[in-house]
Amino acid sequence: MSDRPIIRVQHIVKSFGSVMAVNDVSFDVRAGEIFAFLGPNGAGKTTTIKMLTTLLHPTTGSLELDGLDVTTHQTEVRRRFGVVFQDPSLDGDLTAWENMDIHGVLYHVPRPTRRERCEVLLRMFELWERRNDFVKTFSGGMKRRLEIARGLLHTPKVLFLDEPTLGLDPQSRNQMWTHVQSLRASEGVTVFLTTHYMDEADRVADRIAVIDHGRLVATGSSAELKQQTGTDSLEAAFLKLTGTTIRDESATATDQLRQVTRVWRR
Amino acid sequence: MSVVYILWLREVKKYLRSRVQIVASLGGPLMYLGVLGFGLGSVFQRAGEGSYLQFMAPGVIGMTVLFTAMFSGIAMLWDRQFGFLKETLVAPVPRLAIMVGRTLGGATVAVLQGALIFVVALIAGFRPVSLLAVPLAFLVIALIAVIFSALATAIGSGLKEMQGFQMVMNFLVMPTFFLSGAIYPLEGLPRVLAALTRIDPLTYGVDGMRGLLTGRTHFGLVLDVVVLLGVGVLFVALGAWRFSKIEA
Repeated sequence: MSDRPIIRVQHIVKSFGSVMAVNDVSFDVRAGEIFAFLGPNGAGKTTTIKMLTTLLHPTTGSLELDGLDVTTHQTEVRRRFGVVFQDPSLDGDLTAWENMDIHGVLYHVPRPTRRERCEVLLRMFELWERRNDFVKTFSGGMKRRLEIARGLLHTPKVLFLDEPTLGLDPQSRNQMWTHVQSLRASEGVTVFLTTHYMDEADRVADRIAVIDHGRLVATGSSAELKQQTGTDSLEAAFLKLTGTTIRDESATATDQLRQVTRVWRR
Repeated sequence: MSVVYILWLREVKKYLRSRVQIVASLGGPLMYLGVLGFGLGSVFQRAGEGSYLQFMAPGVIGMTVLFTAMFSGIAMLWDRQFGFLKETLVAPVPRLAIMVGRTLGGATVAVLQGALIFVVALIAGFRPVSLLAVPLAFLVIALIAVIFSALATAIGSGLKEMQGFQMVMNFLVMPTFFLSGAIYPLEGLPRVLAALTRIDPLTYGVDGMRGLLTGRTHFGLVLDVVVLLGVGVLFVALGAWRFSKIEA
Protein backbone atom coordinates (compact mmCIF):
# COMPACT_ATOMS: atom_id res chain seq x y z
CA MET A 1 0.00 0.00 0.00
CA SER A 2 1.45 3.33 -1.01
CA ASP A 3 0.87 6.60 0.81
CA ARG A 4 -0.42 8.41 -2.25
CA PRO A 5 -4.22 8.64 -2.07
CA ILE A 6 -5.92 6.69 -4.85
CA ILE A 7 -8.88 9.09 -4.69
CA ARG A 8 -8.53 12.76 -3.80
CA VAL A 9 -11.62 14.91 -3.54
CA GLN A 10 -11.18 18.62 -2.93
CA HIS A 11 -13.96 21.07 -2.20
CA ILE A 12 -16.49 19.58 -4.58
CA VAL A 13 -19.87 21.21 -4.93
CA LYS A 14 -22.77 19.89 -6.98
CA SER A 15 -25.96 21.88 -7.24
CA PHE A 16 -29.12 21.05 -9.14
CA GLY A 17 -30.84 24.39 -9.59
CA SER A 18 -31.13 25.82 -6.10
CA VAL A 19 -30.55 22.48 -4.36
CA MET A 20 -27.03 21.82 -3.08
CA ALA A 21 -26.74 18.04 -3.32
CA VAL A 22 -23.06 18.08 -2.36
CA ASN A 23 -21.65 21.12 -0.59
CA ASP A 24 -17.88 21.61 -0.27
CA VAL A 25 -16.84 18.01 0.36
CA SER A 26 -13.16 17.00 0.62
CA PHE A 27 -11.59 13.64 1.49
CA ASP A 28 -8.84 11.21 0.51
CA VAL A 29 -9.06 7.46 0.01
CA ARG A 30 -5.85 5.47 0.48
CA ALA A 31 -4.87 2.75 -1.95
CA GLY A 32 -6.00 -0.68 -0.81
CA GLU A 33 -8.44 0.38 1.87
CA ILE A 34 -12.16 -0.22 2.20
CA PHE A 35 -13.71 3.22 2.50
CA ALA A 36 -17.34 3.63 3.49
CA PHE A 37 -19.48 6.64 2.74
CA LEU A 38 -22.17 6.65 5.35
CA GLY A 39 -25.21 8.88 5.42
CA PRO A 40 -28.99 9.05 5.59
CA ASN A 41 -31.11 8.88 2.44
CA GLY A 42 -30.69 11.92 0.25
CA ALA A 43 -27.44 12.97 1.94
CA GLY A 44 -25.48 13.14 -1.33
CA LYS A 45 -23.86 9.70 -1.41
CA THR A 46 -25.03 8.67 -4.86
CA THR A 47 -24.34 12.12 -6.31
CA THR A 48 -20.75 11.85 -5.08
CA ILE A 49 -20.35 8.39 -6.62
CA LYS A 50 -21.77 9.65 -9.89
CA MET A 51 -19.23 12.45 -9.94
CA LEU A 52 -16.36 10.10 -9.13
CA THR A 53 -17.49 7.73 -11.89
CA THR A 54 -17.65 10.52 -14.53
CA LEU A 55 -21.44 10.41 -14.90
CA LEU A 56 -21.92 13.88 -13.44
CA HIS A 57 -19.64 16.89 -13.55
CA PRO A 58 -19.09 18.73 -10.29
CA THR A 59 -20.28 22.34 -10.29
CA THR A 60 -16.95 23.35 -8.71
CA GLY A 61 -14.04 21.58 -7.01
CA SER A 62 -11.63 18.88 -8.15
CA LEU A 63 -11.70 15.10 -8.23
CA GLU A 64 -8.67 12.89 -8.78
CA LEU A 65 -8.48 9.14 -9.23
CA ASP A 66 -5.07 7.48 -9.38
CA GLY A 67 -3.54 10.90 -9.94
CA LEU A 68 -5.78 11.70 -12.92
CA ASP A 69 -8.33 14.49 -13.06
CA VAL A 70 -11.72 12.80 -13.32
CA THR A 71 -13.36 15.54 -15.39
CA THR A 72 -10.60 16.03 -17.94
CA HIS A 73 -9.30 12.45 -18.28
CA GLN A 74 -12.62 10.61 -18.45
CA THR A 75 -11.52 7.69 -20.60
CA GLU A 76 -8.33 6.93 -18.67
CA VAL A 77 -10.19 7.25 -15.38
CA ARG A 78 -12.97 4.92 -16.58
CA ARG A 79 -10.42 2.18 -17.32
CA ARG A 80 -9.27 2.36 -13.70
CA PHE A 81 -12.49 1.80 -11.86
CA GLY A 82 -15.35 -0.68 -11.74
CA VAL A 83 -18.76 0.34 -10.46
CA VAL A 84 -21.91 -1.31 -9.17
CA PHE A 85 -24.80 1.12 -9.20
CA GLN A 86 -27.69 1.20 -6.80
CA ASP A 87 -30.06 0.16 -9.58
CA PRO A 88 -29.14 -2.97 -11.50
CA SER A 89 -27.37 -2.36 -14.79
CA LEU A 90 -27.36 -5.92 -16.10
CA ASP A 91 -29.15 -7.09 -19.21
CA GLY A 92 -31.70 -9.62 -18.02
CA ASP A 93 -32.28 -10.99 -21.52
CA LEU A 94 -28.67 -12.07 -21.82
CA THR A 95 -26.84 -14.80 -19.92
CA ALA A 96 -24.40 -14.15 -17.11
CA TRP A 97 -21.55 -15.04 -19.43
CA GLU A 98 -22.76 -12.69 -22.16
CA ASN A 99 -23.07 -9.83 -19.69
CA MET A 100 -19.49 -10.43 -18.62
CA ASP A 101 -18.25 -10.82 -22.17
CA ILE A 102 -19.80 -7.54 -23.37
CA HIS A 103 -18.17 -5.77 -20.44
CA GLY A 104 -14.82 -7.24 -21.45
CA VAL A 105 -15.22 -5.93 -25.00
CA LEU A 106 -16.29 -2.49 -23.77
CA TYR A 107 -13.14 -2.34 -21.65
CA HIS A 108 -10.88 -3.67 -24.42
CA VAL A 109 -9.84 -6.77 -22.48
CA PRO A 110 -8.20 -9.11 -25.04
CA ARG A 111 -10.17 -12.28 -25.71
CA PRO A 112 -7.92 -14.87 -23.97
CA THR A 113 -7.64 -12.71 -20.83
CA ARG A 114 -11.37 -12.05 -21.01
CA ARG A 115 -12.22 -15.74 -20.96
CA GLU A 116 -9.80 -16.44 -18.15
CA ARG A 117 -11.00 -13.52 -16.00
CA CYS A 118 -14.67 -14.35 -16.61
CA GLU A 119 -14.09 -17.87 -15.38
CA VAL A 120 -12.03 -16.87 -12.34
CA LEU A 121 -14.56 -14.23 -11.27
CA LEU A 122 -17.69 -16.27 -11.93
CA ARG A 123 -16.18 -19.08 -9.85
CA MET A 124 -15.15 -16.67 -7.11
CA PHE A 125 -18.70 -15.31 -6.87
CA GLU A 126 -20.23 -18.78 -7.07
CA LEU A 127 -22.00 -18.17 -10.36
CA TRP A 128 -20.00 -20.44 -12.65
CA GLU A 129 -22.65 -23.17 -12.77
CA ARG A 130 -25.26 -20.59 -13.77
CA ARG A 131 -23.15 -18.86 -16.42
CA ASN A 132 -25.39 -19.88 -19.30
CA ASP A 133 -28.66 -18.92 -17.62
CA PHE A 134 -30.50 -15.71 -18.37
CA VAL A 135 -29.87 -13.05 -15.77
CA LYS A 136 -33.60 -12.38 -15.42
CA THR A 137 -33.88 -15.77 -13.69
CA PHE A 138 -31.33 -14.77 -11.01
CA SER A 139 -32.18 -13.76 -7.43
CA GLY A 140 -31.35 -10.27 -6.15
CA GLY A 141 -28.22 -11.51 -4.41
CA MET A 142 -26.99 -13.36 -7.49
CA LYS A 143 -27.50 -10.30 -9.67
CA ARG A 144 -25.55 -8.15 -7.25
CA ARG A 145 -22.73 -10.71 -7.17
CA LEU A 146 -22.67 -10.83 -10.94
CA GLU A 147 -22.45 -7.05 -11.10
CA ILE A 148 -19.48 -7.05 -8.74
CA ALA A 149 -17.80 -9.83 -10.73
CA ARG A 150 -18.40 -7.83 -13.91
CA GLY A 151 -17.05 -4.65 -12.33
CA LEU A 152 -13.79 -6.47 -11.56
CA LEU A 153 -13.33 -8.02 -14.99
CA HIS A 154 -11.00 -5.34 -16.31
CA THR A 155 -8.88 -5.45 -13.09
CA PRO A 156 -9.76 -1.95 -11.91
CA LYS A 157 -7.81 -0.15 -9.20
CA VAL A 158 -10.95 1.08 -7.48
CA LEU A 159 -14.31 -0.61 -7.12
CA PHE A 160 -17.29 1.63 -6.37
CA LEU A 161 -20.25 -0.03 -4.70
CA ASP A 162 -23.37 2.12 -4.29
CA GLU A 163 -25.54 0.55 -1.57
CA PRO A 164 -24.44 -2.98 -2.52
CA THR A 165 -26.66 -4.74 0.01
CA LEU A 166 -29.84 -2.72 -0.47
CA GLY A 167 -32.82 -5.05 -0.72
CA LEU A 168 -30.87 -8.24 0.04
CA ASP A 169 -31.76 -10.72 2.76
CA PRO A 170 -29.40 -11.12 5.76
CA GLN A 171 -27.79 -14.27 4.33
CA SER A 172 -26.99 -12.60 1.01
CA ARG A 173 -25.74 -9.50 2.81
CA ASN A 174 -23.44 -11.56 4.96
CA GLN A 175 -22.13 -13.42 1.94
CA MET A 176 -21.69 -10.17 0.04
CA TRP A 177 -19.44 -8.69 2.71
CA THR A 178 -17.38 -11.85 2.98
CA HIS A 179 -16.76 -11.53 -0.76
CA VAL A 180 -15.95 -7.83 -0.58
CA GLN A 181 -13.50 -8.34 2.29
CA SER A 182 -11.68 -11.08 0.41
CA LEU A 183 -11.27 -8.86 -2.66
CA ARG A 184 -8.47 -6.89 -1.13
CA ALA A 185 -6.41 -10.05 -0.75
CA SER A 186 -7.32 -11.60 -4.08
CA GLU A 187 -7.55 -8.52 -6.33
CA GLY A 188 -5.70 -5.83 -4.41
CA VAL A 189 -8.48 -3.42 -5.21
CA THR A 190 -9.51 -0.32 -3.27
CA VAL A 191 -13.20 -0.45 -2.37
CA PHE A 192 -15.33 2.68 -2.08
CA LEU A 193 -18.81 1.90 -0.86
CA THR A 194 -21.88 3.75 0.31
CA THR A 195 -24.34 2.42 2.80
CA HIS A 196 -26.77 3.56 5.42
CA TYR A 197 -26.40 0.39 7.46
CA MET A 198 -24.13 1.22 10.38
CA ASP A 199 -23.34 -2.38 11.28
CA GLU A 200 -22.07 -3.03 7.78
CA ALA A 201 -19.79 -0.02 7.73
CA ASP A 202 -18.57 -1.01 11.18
CA ARG A 203 -17.82 -4.52 10.03
CA VAL A 204 -16.02 -4.02 6.74
CA ALA A 205 -14.68 -0.49 6.46
CA ASP A 206 -11.19 0.64 7.39
CA ARG A 207 -12.35 4.22 7.38
CA ILE A 208 -15.73 5.87 7.30
CA ALA A 209 -16.84 9.29 6.11
CA VAL A 210 -20.19 10.51 7.39
CA ILE A 211 -22.11 12.78 5.04
CA ASP A 212 -25.31 14.65 5.78
CA HIS A 213 -27.19 17.35 3.88
CA GLY A 214 -24.41 17.35 1.31
CA ARG A 215 -21.70 18.12 3.87
CA LEU A 216 -19.04 15.87 5.32
CA VAL A 217 -19.56 15.83 9.09
CA ALA A 218 -16.82 13.40 10.17
CA THR A 219 -14.10 11.09 8.81
CA GLY A 220 -12.18 8.35 10.60
CA SER A 221 -12.14 4.71 11.60
CA SER A 222 -15.14 3.33 13.42
CA ALA A 223 -13.24 3.58 16.72
CA GLU A 224 -12.25 7.18 16.03
CA LEU A 225 -15.83 8.18 15.27
CA LYS A 226 -17.04 6.61 18.49
CA GLN A 227 -14.31 8.38 20.39
CA GLN A 228 -15.04 11.73 18.75
CA THR A 229 -18.69 11.59 19.66
CA GLY A 230 -18.22 9.92 23.04
CA THR A 231 -20.54 7.08 22.13
CA ASP A 232 -20.05 3.33 22.32
CA SER A 233 -21.64 2.23 19.09
CA LEU A 234 -21.31 3.48 15.54
CA GLU A 235 -25.07 3.82 15.37
CA ALA A 236 -25.10 6.20 18.34
CA ALA A 237 -22.18 8.10 16.82
CA PHE A 238 -24.04 8.34 13.52
CA LEU A 239 -27.21 9.66 15.13
CA LYS A 240 -25.22 12.14 17.16
CA LEU A 241 -23.54 13.40 14.00
CA THR A 242 -26.58 13.51 11.74
CA GLY A 243 -29.41 14.18 14.18
CA THR A 244 -32.53 12.12 14.65
CA THR A 245 -35.02 13.86 12.43
CA ILE A 246 -36.53 11.86 9.60
CA ARG A 247 -35.77 13.13 6.09
CA ASP A 248 -38.58 13.69 3.69
CA GLU A 249 -37.23 13.29 0.24
CA SER A 250 -39.13 14.76 -2.62
CA ALA A 251 -40.06 12.05 -5.09
CA THR A 252 -38.42 12.61 -8.43
CA ALA A 253 -39.38 10.99 -11.71
CA THR A 254 -36.53 8.54 -11.19
CA ASP A 255 -37.84 7.50 -7.79
CA GLN A 256 -41.27 6.89 -9.22
CA LEU A 257 -39.91 4.83 -12.05
CA ARG A 258 -37.75 2.94 -9.57
CA GLN A 259 -40.86 2.01 -7.59
CA VAL A 260 -42.55 0.78 -10.72
CA THR A 261 -39.54 -1.34 -11.61
CA ARG A 262 -39.38 -2.88 -8.17
CA VAL A 263 -42.97 -4.00 -8.53
CA TRP A 264 -42.42 -5.27 -12.05
CA ARG A 265 -39.25 -7.12 -11.22
CA ARG A 266 -40.90 -8.52 -8.08
CA MET B 1 -15.20 -1.31 -33.97
CA SER B 2 -15.56 -4.36 -31.72
CA VAL B 3 -17.65 -2.16 -29.42
CA VAL B 4 -20.06 -1.30 -32.23
CA TYR B 5 -20.21 -4.97 -33.19
CA ILE B 6 -20.90 -6.32 -29.70
CA LEU B 7 -23.69 -3.78 -29.06
CA TRP B 8 -25.20 -4.51 -32.48
CA LEU B 9 -25.00 -8.23 -31.73
CA ARG B 10 -26.73 -7.70 -28.40
CA GLU B 11 -29.77 -6.11 -30.06
CA VAL B 12 -30.00 -8.81 -32.71
CA LYS B 13 -29.55 -11.66 -30.22
CA LYS B 14 -32.26 -10.25 -27.99
CA TYR B 15 -34.61 -9.98 -30.97
CA LEU B 16 -34.02 -13.52 -32.19
CA ARG B 17 -34.60 -14.86 -28.67
CA SER B 18 -37.92 -13.11 -28.15
CA ARG B 19 -40.05 -15.50 -30.20
CA VAL B 20 -43.28 -14.52 -28.50
CA GLN B 21 -42.67 -10.85 -29.26
CA ILE B 22 -41.90 -11.61 -32.88
CA VAL B 23 -45.20 -13.43 -33.28
CA ALA B 24 -47.09 -10.77 -31.32
CA SER B 25 -45.66 -7.96 -33.43
CA LEU B 26 -47.04 -9.62 -36.57
CA GLY B 27 -50.58 -8.98 -35.31
CA GLY B 28 -50.89 -5.35 -36.41
CA PRO B 29 -49.50 -5.73 -39.92
CA LEU B 30 -51.55 -8.90 -40.47
CA MET B 31 -54.68 -6.98 -39.54
CA TYR B 32 -53.87 -4.27 -42.06
CA LEU B 33 -53.01 -6.73 -44.80
CA GLY B 34 -55.91 -9.05 -44.13
CA VAL B 35 -58.74 -6.80 -43.05
CA LEU B 36 -57.96 -3.57 -44.90
CA GLY B 37 -56.30 -5.30 -47.84
CA PHE B 38 -59.24 -7.50 -48.60
CA GLY B 39 -61.92 -5.30 -47.02
CA LEU B 40 -61.18 -2.25 -49.14
CA GLY B 41 -59.98 -4.28 -52.10
CA SER B 42 -63.19 -4.15 -54.11
CA VAL B 43 -63.74 -0.39 -53.58
CA PHE B 44 -60.16 0.29 -54.65
CA GLN B 45 -60.60 -1.91 -57.69
CA ARG B 46 -63.86 -0.19 -58.68
CA ALA B 47 -62.14 3.20 -58.40
CA GLY B 48 -59.86 1.94 -61.14
CA GLU B 49 -56.72 1.77 -59.00
CA GLY B 50 -56.03 -1.95 -59.41
CA SER B 51 -55.29 -4.39 -56.60
CA TYR B 52 -55.32 -2.84 -53.13
CA LEU B 53 -53.14 -5.60 -51.69
CA GLN B 54 -50.53 -4.85 -54.35
CA PHE B 55 -50.79 -1.17 -53.44
CA MET B 56 -50.67 -1.39 -49.68
CA ALA B 57 -48.19 -4.25 -49.10
CA PRO B 58 -45.17 -1.89 -49.40
CA GLY B 59 -46.99 0.48 -47.04
CA VAL B 60 -47.50 -2.22 -44.43
CA ILE B 61 -43.83 -3.25 -44.70
CA GLY B 62 -42.94 0.42 -44.18
CA MET B 63 -45.24 0.58 -41.16
CA THR B 64 -43.61 -2.49 -39.62
CA VAL B 65 -40.14 -1.06 -40.10
CA LEU B 66 -41.25 2.30 -38.64
CA PHE B 67 -42.86 0.75 -35.55
CA THR B 68 -40.03 -1.70 -34.85
CA ALA B 69 -37.28 0.88 -35.30
CA MET B 70 -39.05 3.46 -33.15
CA PHE B 71 -39.81 0.94 -30.46
CA SER B 72 -36.27 -0.33 -30.12
CA GLY B 73 -35.02 3.23 -29.71
CA ILE B 74 -37.65 4.23 -27.20
CA ALA B 75 -36.98 1.06 -25.20
CA MET B 76 -33.75 2.84 -24.36
CA LEU B 77 -35.76 4.75 -21.76
CA TRP B 78 -36.08 1.55 -19.81
CA ASP B 79 -32.50 0.59 -20.44
CA ARG B 80 -31.46 4.01 -19.35
CA GLN B 81 -32.84 4.30 -15.85
CA PHE B 82 -32.64 0.74 -14.71
CA GLY B 83 -30.66 -1.21 -17.06
CA PHE B 84 -27.79 -1.73 -19.20
CA LEU B 85 -27.32 1.76 -20.64
CA LYS B 86 -25.42 3.03 -17.58
CA GLU B 87 -22.97 0.15 -17.93
CA THR B 88 -22.11 1.36 -21.42
CA LEU B 89 -22.02 5.03 -20.42
CA VAL B 90 -19.24 4.53 -17.84
CA ALA B 91 -17.19 2.32 -20.16
CA PRO B 92 -13.98 3.81 -21.60
CA VAL B 93 -15.40 4.02 -25.13
CA PRO B 94 -16.67 6.97 -27.18
CA ARG B 95 -20.39 7.68 -26.90
CA LEU B 96 -20.56 7.69 -30.69
CA ALA B 97 -19.56 4.00 -30.84
CA ILE B 98 -22.30 3.11 -28.37
CA MET B 99 -24.88 5.13 -30.27
CA VAL B 100 -23.90 3.64 -33.63
CA GLY B 101 -23.95 0.08 -32.26
CA ARG B 102 -27.37 0.50 -30.68
CA THR B 103 -28.86 2.30 -33.67
CA LEU B 104 -27.56 -0.20 -36.21
CA GLY B 105 -28.82 -3.01 -33.98
CA GLY B 106 -32.29 -1.46 -33.81
CA ALA B 107 -32.26 -0.87 -37.56
CA THR B 108 -31.22 -4.48 -38.26
CA VAL B 109 -34.05 -5.77 -36.13
CA ALA B 110 -36.47 -3.51 -38.02
CA VAL B 111 -35.21 -4.83 -41.38
CA LEU B 112 -35.61 -8.43 -40.19
CA GLN B 113 -39.14 -7.70 -39.06
CA GLY B 114 -39.85 -5.99 -42.40
CA ALA B 115 -38.54 -9.07 -44.22
CA LEU B 116 -40.94 -11.21 -42.22
CA ILE B 117 -43.89 -9.07 -43.30
CA PHE B 118 -42.64 -9.17 -46.87
CA VAL B 119 -42.89 -12.97 -46.74
CA VAL B 120 -46.33 -12.76 -45.16
CA ALA B 121 -47.44 -10.40 -47.95
CA LEU B 122 -46.15 -12.86 -50.55
CA ILE B 123 -48.22 -15.58 -48.95
CA ALA B 124 -51.28 -13.29 -48.94
CA GLY B 125 -50.90 -12.86 -52.70
CA PHE B 126 -48.61 -9.85 -53.13
CA ARG B 127 -46.48 -10.16 -56.29
CA PRO B 128 -43.44 -7.91 -56.93
CA VAL B 129 -43.21 -6.96 -60.60
CA SER B 130 -39.56 -7.93 -60.76
CA LEU B 131 -37.51 -10.22 -58.56
CA LEU B 132 -34.38 -8.21 -59.35
CA ALA B 133 -35.95 -5.17 -57.68
CA VAL B 134 -36.41 -7.00 -54.36
CA PRO B 135 -32.82 -6.50 -53.11
CA LEU B 136 -33.07 -2.83 -54.09
CA ALA B 137 -36.34 -2.53 -52.19
CA PHE B 138 -34.51 -3.91 -49.17
CA LEU B 139 -31.95 -1.14 -49.47
CA VAL B 140 -34.82 1.34 -49.22
CA ILE B 141 -36.14 -0.64 -46.23
CA ALA B 142 -32.71 -0.40 -44.61
CA LEU B 143 -32.71 3.36 -45.13
CA ILE B 144 -36.13 3.68 -43.48
CA ALA B 145 -34.90 1.53 -40.60
CA VAL B 146 -31.79 3.65 -40.01
CA ILE B 147 -33.77 6.90 -40.23
CA PHE B 148 -36.31 5.93 -37.59
CA SER B 149 -33.90 4.05 -35.39
CA ALA B 150 -31.71 7.17 -35.24
CA LEU B 151 -34.74 9.38 -34.63
CA ALA B 152 -35.80 7.09 -31.79
CA THR B 153 -32.32 7.32 -30.28
CA ALA B 154 -32.56 11.11 -30.46
CA ILE B 155 -35.94 11.08 -28.72
CA GLY B 156 -35.09 8.29 -26.29
CA SER B 157 -32.00 10.20 -25.12
CA GLY B 158 -34.25 12.93 -23.75
CA LEU B 159 -37.18 10.91 -22.40
CA LYS B 160 -37.29 10.42 -18.67
CA GLU B 161 -40.76 9.09 -17.99
CA MET B 162 -42.84 6.26 -19.33
CA GLN B 163 -45.66 8.68 -20.12
CA GLY B 164 -43.41 10.22 -22.72
CA PHE B 165 -43.60 7.00 -24.67
CA GLN B 166 -47.36 7.40 -25.17
CA MET B 167 -46.79 10.94 -26.41
CA VAL B 168 -44.29 9.74 -28.98
CA MET B 169 -46.60 6.94 -30.15
CA ASN B 170 -49.67 9.15 -30.50
CA PHE B 171 -48.15 12.35 -31.78
CA LEU B 172 -45.26 11.08 -33.83
CA VAL B 173 -45.37 7.43 -34.81
CA MET B 174 -49.06 7.17 -35.68
CA PRO B 175 -49.13 10.42 -37.72
CA THR B 176 -45.93 9.38 -39.49
CA PHE B 177 -47.67 6.19 -40.54
CA PHE B 178 -51.02 7.71 -41.52
CA LEU B 179 -49.45 10.61 -43.42
CA SER B 180 -47.07 8.40 -45.38
CA GLY B 181 -49.45 7.30 -48.10
CA ALA B 182 -48.96 3.73 -46.91
CA ILE B 183 -52.67 3.00 -47.16
CA TYR B 184 -53.95 5.56 -49.67
CA PRO B 185 -52.66 7.01 -52.95
CA LEU B 186 -50.94 10.40 -52.85
CA GLU B 187 -52.76 11.64 -55.94
CA GLY B 188 -55.66 14.08 -55.59
CA LEU B 189 -55.26 14.79 -51.89
CA PRO B 190 -56.56 18.02 -50.30
CA ARG B 191 -53.78 20.61 -50.28
CA VAL B 192 -53.08 20.56 -46.53
CA LEU B 193 -52.86 16.77 -46.41
CA ALA B 194 -50.67 16.74 -49.51
CA ALA B 195 -48.29 19.20 -47.84
CA LEU B 196 -48.18 17.10 -44.68
CA THR B 197 -47.42 13.91 -46.58
CA ARG B 198 -44.48 15.67 -48.21
CA ILE B 199 -42.74 16.47 -44.93
CA ASP B 200 -43.07 12.88 -43.71
CA PRO B 201 -39.86 10.93 -44.46
CA LEU B 202 -41.75 7.63 -44.47
CA THR B 203 -43.72 8.86 -47.51
CA TYR B 204 -40.56 8.73 -49.60
CA GLY B 205 -39.62 5.33 -48.17
CA VAL B 206 -42.99 3.80 -48.99
CA ASP B 207 -43.04 5.48 -52.39
CA GLY B 208 -39.56 4.18 -53.20
CA MET B 209 -40.45 0.67 -52.15
CA ARG B 210 -43.70 0.80 -54.06
CA GLY B 211 -41.89 2.05 -57.13
CA LEU B 212 -39.40 -0.81 -56.99
CA LEU B 213 -41.85 -3.56 -56.11
CA THR B 214 -44.92 -2.56 -58.14
CA GLY B 215 -43.67 0.00 -60.64
CA ARG B 216 -45.96 2.71 -59.27
CA THR B 217 -44.26 5.80 -57.86
CA HIS B 218 -45.44 9.30 -57.10
CA PHE B 219 -42.18 11.21 -56.69
CA GLY B 220 -39.86 9.04 -58.75
CA LEU B 221 -37.19 6.77 -57.34
CA VAL B 222 -34.35 9.28 -57.55
CA LEU B 223 -36.08 11.90 -55.44
CA ASP B 224 -37.17 9.22 -52.95
CA VAL B 225 -33.62 7.95 -52.42
CA VAL B 226 -32.10 11.44 -52.27
CA VAL B 227 -34.60 12.53 -49.60
CA LEU B 228 -34.08 9.32 -47.61
CA LEU B 229 -30.31 9.66 -47.68
CA GLY B 230 -30.48 13.31 -46.66
CA VAL B 231 -32.89 12.68 -43.80
CA GLY B 232 -30.83 9.66 -42.76
CA VAL B 233 -27.63 11.69 -42.42
CA LEU B 234 -29.51 14.42 -40.56
CA PHE B 235 -31.20 12.05 -38.09
CA VAL B 236 -28.06 10.01 -37.38
CA ALA B 237 -26.22 13.25 -36.61
CA LEU B 238 -29.11 14.40 -34.42
CA GLY B 239 -29.23 11.05 -32.61
CA ALA B 240 -25.47 11.05 -32.02
CA TRP B 241 -25.57 14.59 -30.67
CA ARG B 242 -28.50 13.95 -28.35
CA PHE B 243 -26.98 10.67 -27.15
CA SER B 244 -23.72 12.43 -26.30
CA LYS B 245 -25.68 14.78 -24.02
CA ILE B 246 -27.15 12.07 -21.77
CA GLU B 247 -26.36 12.58 -18.11
CA ALA B 248 -27.12 9.58 -15.97
